[in-house]
Amino acid sequence: MVTVRRGAAEPGSTFEGLGTPLIDVRHVSTRFGEAVVHDDVSLTVYRGEVFAIAGGNGSGKSTLLREMIGLLAPTSGTIRVFGRECTGLGEAGVRALHRRCGVMFQHGALFSSLTVADNVAVPLREHTRLSPGLIRDLAMFKVALTGLPPSAADKYPNELSGGMRKRAALARAIALDPELLFLDEPTSGLDPISAGAFDDLVKELKKLLGLTIVMVTHDLDSLWRVADRVAVLGNGRVLGIGTMEDLSRSGDPLIREYFHGPRGRAAKEQHEGREA
Amino acid sequence: MAARDETATAQVTIGTDAVIRCAGAWTLPELPAIERAIAAAAWPAGRDLVWDAGGVTAMDSGGAVLLHRTLARLERQGRRVALRGLRPEFAELLKLVSAHWTRVGWEATGPSGNWLEGIGAFAWNRLHQWIGGLGFLGESAVALVRSLAAPRSIRWRALWNSLELDGFNALPIIGLLTFLMGIVIAYQGAEQLRTVGANIFIVDLVGIALLREIAPLVTAILVAGRSGSAYTAQIGTMKVTEELDALRTLGLSPMTVLVLPKVLSLAIALPLLTVYADVVGVFGGMLIAASQLSVTFLEFLTRFEEAIALRHFLIGVVKAPVFAAIIALVGCYQGFQIRGGVDDVGCHTTISVVQSIFLVIVFDAFFSILLSWWKL
Repeated sequence: MVTVRRGAAEPGSTFEGLGTPLIDVRHVSTRFGEAVVHDDVSLTVYRGEVFAIAGGNGSGKSTLLREMIGLLAPTSGTIRVFGRECTGLGEAGVRALHRRCGVMFQHGALFSSLTVADNVAVPLREHTRLSPGLIRDLAMFKVALTGLPPSAADKYPNELSGGMRKRAALARAIALDPELLFLDEPTSGLDPISAGAFDDLVKELKKLLGLTIVMVTHDLDSLWRVADRVAVLGNGRVLGIGTMEDLSRSGDPLIREYFHGPRGRAAKEQHEGREA
Repeated sequence: MAARDETATAQVTIGTDAVIRCAGAWTLPELPAIERAIAAAAWPAGRDLVWDAGGVTAMDSGGAVLLHRTLARLERQGRRVALRGLRPEFAELLKLVSAHWTRVGWEATGPSGNWLEGIGAFAWNRLHQWIGGLGFLGESAVALVRSLAAPRSIRWRALWNSLELDGFNALPIIGLLTFLMGIVIAYQGAEQLRTVGANIFIVDLVGIALLREIAPLVTAILVAGRSGSAYTAQIGTMKVTEELDALRTLGLSPMTVLVLPKVLSLAIALPLLTVYADVVGVFGGMLIAASQLSVTFLEFLTRFEEAIALRHFLIGVVKAPVFAAIIALVGCYQGFQIRGGVDDVGCHTTISVVQSIFLVIVFDAFFSILLSWWKL
């Protein structure tokens, strides 16, 4: 295992200069019947970073994300979020956890019977006791913040384009000002321009709202553009953790294949062009 | 951004010198209290106010929205508010809120138009549904004639599959219910017949009622609930997931692949189920006749042969394919009507069951009138 700047410090300790750990995944293994999804996966996400989980299809990225959110329990190992273990939290504990996390699902998972603004208002109505007027204003602000036109607020999800639906889902995910934001494939299904704009939006929101972001993606442009650190999953294990620069210099054959294929090189060149 | 660990209670106090001081954490958990304090506040009378936010220790976007909203309202009332003391990071957040401040669009929500418009829209929608339904009926009739002319185009596998699911698998529940119907009718009749000593007429009562009306109707209603709803949900979900479009692009017509096998299989299954229901229901009646009215099985069956004309049985069985067509077509049509998302599936499934049961009973009444004209 090639671990460039390994995020695997001991539980509770802080890694040099990276601040406090928000998520600590320890020796997690996941099996669905015969199929082994994770085989001893360990990683740590620190406060204030954009942490990306990359890897090919079927490498268990989304499963790991679902385990971090507490929607799925790993077969063995522990996952600590905000210093508390996710498994066996009980209903109140899960509720408290979800109050501090925002999740944007891959296909948006917007409630199709509610308008965009009402979708954003759902967590506010559920978790706070604000007046309807303030909830309205707050929801509208979040809708506007994600770059949706005001006219989109009264539309139903099926009346929106794919890109707008992603933005609406993001608006709902940040409705409660979460400390931790999970994004599952945020740019999948978007055209390159929308995907780039979405990346910029994520970066801007991170800065403005002080978010810690965990994002599952295999969009190489996104990885170069947004992620501070990246964990590459493959064969059920963590193949490497580090910045994109570190990983692109890695010698691991699977990582090389991932980052040095034609698409990987194009994304890197584009990134370097932008930097210059 | 907000320092979240500072949990000083939030306050809004109004000084005598037209200075409003606020303090504490302006974050979501504290906001309801702040909001109440602001709503209850008696603002100073003067035109110029000073809003001192020096004591604010934490602020999230909810707090910023509340602050902006309050300031905006005060300004709308013709006051000038000078904000001071806000920490730079919170000021940044406030700037962000005012940059994205919009109230267009939302306020317009809610029921629009008056009741007259509502009635008009309702009637118009209904009319459209009926016209669409007639169009669908015509379309499927054409497809049916075409595929009967070329039997090779019929999807036999789907038809067999549907026969098993909608016909064979329905046997236990239909058997149980019509058995109970037979018992109920015989019981009710037994009381009356015993008082006039016309015990043997229980055969006429049970036979005619079940064969002509009860068995076909109960079977059709059960199948509408079991299979009609499933048709709507299946086709609707296929529509939502774009599977119908995929079928069309592969050169397959949803009509021949999905609708016709269902219509044909129900048209075969429902008469068979009705005959089965007849047998089980009459058996139920026979049991009660034997136990309550001491009409033996042999007497019952002999009388049955004499008293119940063949036409009663045939009328019941002839109705069944009509009911089958109603159930299958309404179920499929409602499935195709689904436009939006998941909740539309539930809504149209309900409509499908209600409509098909309604139409089955309407057609049953129609049959009764027609048959009494013909004196059958």
